[in-house]
Formats: sequence, structure tokens, C-alpha cells
Amino acid sequence: MSEPSTTIIPSTPPQTKSAWFGYVAAVVLQVFLSAPVSAADDELRTVTVADPYLEMHTGPGRGYPVFHVVDRGESVDVVMQRTDWYLVRTDNGKEGWVDREQMELTLRPDGQQVSFERADIEDFTNAKWETGILAGDFGGANIISLYGSYSLNPNVSVELWGSQILGNFSNGWMASANVVHEAWPEWRISPFFTLGAGYIHTEPKSTIIQGEDRSDQIGHVGGGFRIYATRRFLLRAEYKSYVVFTSRDENEEVEEWKVGFAFFF
Amino acid sequence: MESRFRVLFLIVAMISLSGCAATKNLFGFDSREAPPPTAEPPGQVIDPEVERREIKEPAIDREDFEFGAFVGLMSIEDFGSDLSYGLRLAYHITEGFFVETTAGYSRAGKTSFEILSGGAELISDSERDLYYYNLNLGYNILPGEVFLGEGRAYNTSLYLIAGLGSTTFAGDDRFTVNFGAGYRFLLTDSVALHLDFRDHLFDIDLLGEEKTAHNLEGHLGVTVFF
Repeated sequence: MSEPSTTIIPSTPPQTKSAWFGYVAAVVLQVFLSAPVSAADDELRTVTVADPYLEMHTGPGRGYPVFHVVDRGESVDVVMQRTDWYLVRTDNGKEGWVDREQMELTLRPDGQQVSFERADIEDFTNAKWETGILAGDFGGANIISLYGSYSLNPNVSVELWGSQILGNFSNGWMASANVVHEAWPEWRISPFFTLGAGYIHTEPKSTIIQGEDRSDQIGHVGGGFRIYATRRFLLRAEYKSYVVFTSRDENEEVEEWKVGFAFFF
Repeated sequence: MESRFRVLFLIVAMISLSGCAATKNLFGFDSREAPPPTAEPPGQVIDPEVERREIKEPAIDREDFEFGAFVGLMSIEDFGSDLSYGLRLAYHITEGFFVETTAGYSRAGKTSFEILSGGAELISDSERDLYYYNLNLGYNILPGEVFLGEGRAYNTSLYLIAGLGSTTFAGDDRFTVNFGAGYRFLLTDSVALHLDFRDHLFDIDLLGEEKTAHNLEGHLGVTVFF
């Protein structure tokens, strides 16, 4: 009896270095991408449709077509939210995007109306945190600033600023802290007054004849407007007058004009 | 020295004298008082001890932030083209508007002058490294869908973007304006591919006269929403 001819197939393919990298990358990607989804699966918010129907769009935007309709009385799970759109999943696994206005007409499991938080002009007045980007002119040089603000109450907030100054003859950095007072924080265009102090570092540009780097303390006073635009979004324009406390005989004064945008949360 | 005290005095004066309800709250002098405890009505014998069942609603996962990396080509005016790469962070404010910050790196080659002259170098080796950051505002101008075959549809968006920033190149930080357009292709609801074209403009006077340099960059990126 002749032995049946067998071909030995290695149980694991030879693993080259690149295959290993591919495997590790796949595992990392798998963990990275699936972890948030599986964690969210356990505790999805379920809502019941109370309006005659709930329209599911193919994407999170007004232009995307409606591809599925959920009838009154059926329930859907809310998977996630992006801007003002909610990704919902039906019992038979269909996923689509629903806008906030329709979501607000759904009911919770206990029959109560669902409330979905939405930023409006009241949050513009009362929100605790705010961050934004402004750019403009700082004594003839360009300035780009990033700030973060914390409201102690609707009228008074404290801010931290970091700025980069880019001029024709010198560049620099500036950091400052200031107190902002708004007399009418509930106005859509809310004027404010500000006072603060900080630190400025300037260095001459390399193409100019060697000068020395300087670091000085600064104080400033200013004012401007916070203008509510939409949702969490606001515009901001301001003027500040700086005094640079130099080590020379005379202090320097610099005027600054800036505009930009910010959002609160 | 005198003006330093003046500023300090002004800060103190502003906090203490602004004289509105705001400052009272600031220092905890809130005039509101806790309501007096209401006396129990004498007739009540049975104290209802059934606790109201509270339904705790799970928080909805908000995915407005987008973070990722990109690789591409950057053409630095007069200095040739080279590989560029960087990181991107975006926050979607509405379905139309988003803010984005990017930081990138590229490296300048040699100008034709440097090649023709033989050995003359305009800038040192370390000054050929180009770093940039920028803060941008973008708008999804053409949102849409693309179809691959019969069974697959992907959401996409063409966006316009512009912003300000700084570029460190040839020994200086340079104020930089950038603008361009990009295409976002959503592989899933949380993972996107990007194809971007940007023009970075900054002033440079390295070759004699001051001029505005156009530095075109095209890159391909991957981002994850969270």
C-alpha cells in the first residue's frame, strides 16, 4: 500500500519583517478604530419617534437625501452627534443622520420629551469657557493671538493670551493675563473693557544688523466688542494700548488692533 | 516704574469699583439666601419613602473634532520641491464651518544660483528646514456623495480654507497667509481621507529685493473624528 502523497503546508506563513509591521499596524488600527464604538454600544440613548415620522439622511447636512423613514412609535438608538446632526440606528440596523429639530420631537423611554442641548445667545452670555484666534496690527507689525477665557460671572472674566509678533525688523512673543469687564453681557454686540499685564520678548531679524534680544514687562488697557454670530460662534474686535516697561530711560508705548473669531463651550 | 504702579492701581480699582452685581458674585457676597425650612404640616403621619426612579440618560458621543496626519509635496519658491508632512486638528462648529490648525515641515533644496555658482551657499544647512503652523477657517462648500459600484456610497465634501500663521525658514519667522481647497472623503462616519492644496504666502528678501513668495503644497492625509 503506497502512502498517500501529501503536501506539507506550513501552518503559519513565514513572517517577514514587513508582514509583522503590517500585522501590528492592523491590530493598532483595529483597537484604535473599534474601541470607541464598542464602548459606546453598551450605553446608547434610545428614543421613540413621536412625530408622524423621522427622516434619516445619508449624511450630516441639509443637502443629503432622505433614504429611510422611521414611523411613529418605533424606537431608534442615538449613536453619535456631529454639529447639529445625530447618527441614529434603527432596530433592523439601518444607520442614518437626523437633524436636531426632528430629534427634539422624539420621546424618552419614560414618555417624556427629550431635550438636546443647543448653544444659543444665552450661552453666549453665560458660558464659562471661551477660546479664540485673533490677528491684526501691533505697532506696525503683524500679530497672531490665541486666547482662552474663563468667566467668573456673566460680567467678569479672566483671560490668558499668547501672541506671536512678526514684523519687518523684529519678531517676538508675548504672553499676558487680563481681566475683562462686560457691562451688558446679554447684548448681541457686547462691549467690553480690559486691563492686564504680561511679558514680551523681541529679537531682531537676522538680515538686520545684529541687535540684542530683549525681554520686558508690559501693562495694557483696552476695549472692544464680542459679537454673537451663531451657535457657539462669536466674532471679536478689540483695541489695546500697551506700555512696555523697558530697562532704558523711557517706556515704550504700542497700539494694537485685532479682529478674529472665537467659540464658547 | 510710575506707570507700572498706575496699571496695578487701575486693575485693583476696576475690580473693586465696577459696582455691579457681578463683583458681588465674584467675592461670594451673593445676596440670595437659602429659603427658610418649611415646617412639616401637623396632619401628615405617613412619610412617603418611595424614591423616584431616575432614568439616567447616557450622554451622546459628540464627534466634532478631527485629528490626523498628512504627507505631500511642497514647492518652496526658488528652492525646489521636497516632501512635506505634518499634523492637523479641526473642530466642526456647524455643518458648514470648521476651524483648523495645522503644523508642517518641509526642507528646501538649492536655488539655481547655488547650483550654477558651484559652492556659494545662500543659507546654511539648518536654515533649509522649513516649519510652519497656521490657524484657519474652512467652509464645506460642496458637500456630497460618491458611489463606488452599485453597493457603496461615501460622503464627501469639497471645502475652501484660508488662514494665518507663521513660517520659520532661512533664519527667520515669517508672517504667512495661506489659502486653498481640499476634498474630504469619509471612509466611515469617523474616518476620513483628505486631499489638500494650499498656497503659503510670505515675504522674503533673501535674493536681493523683497518679494512675496508663493509656496504651493499638495498633501494627502488621514483623520479620525472624536
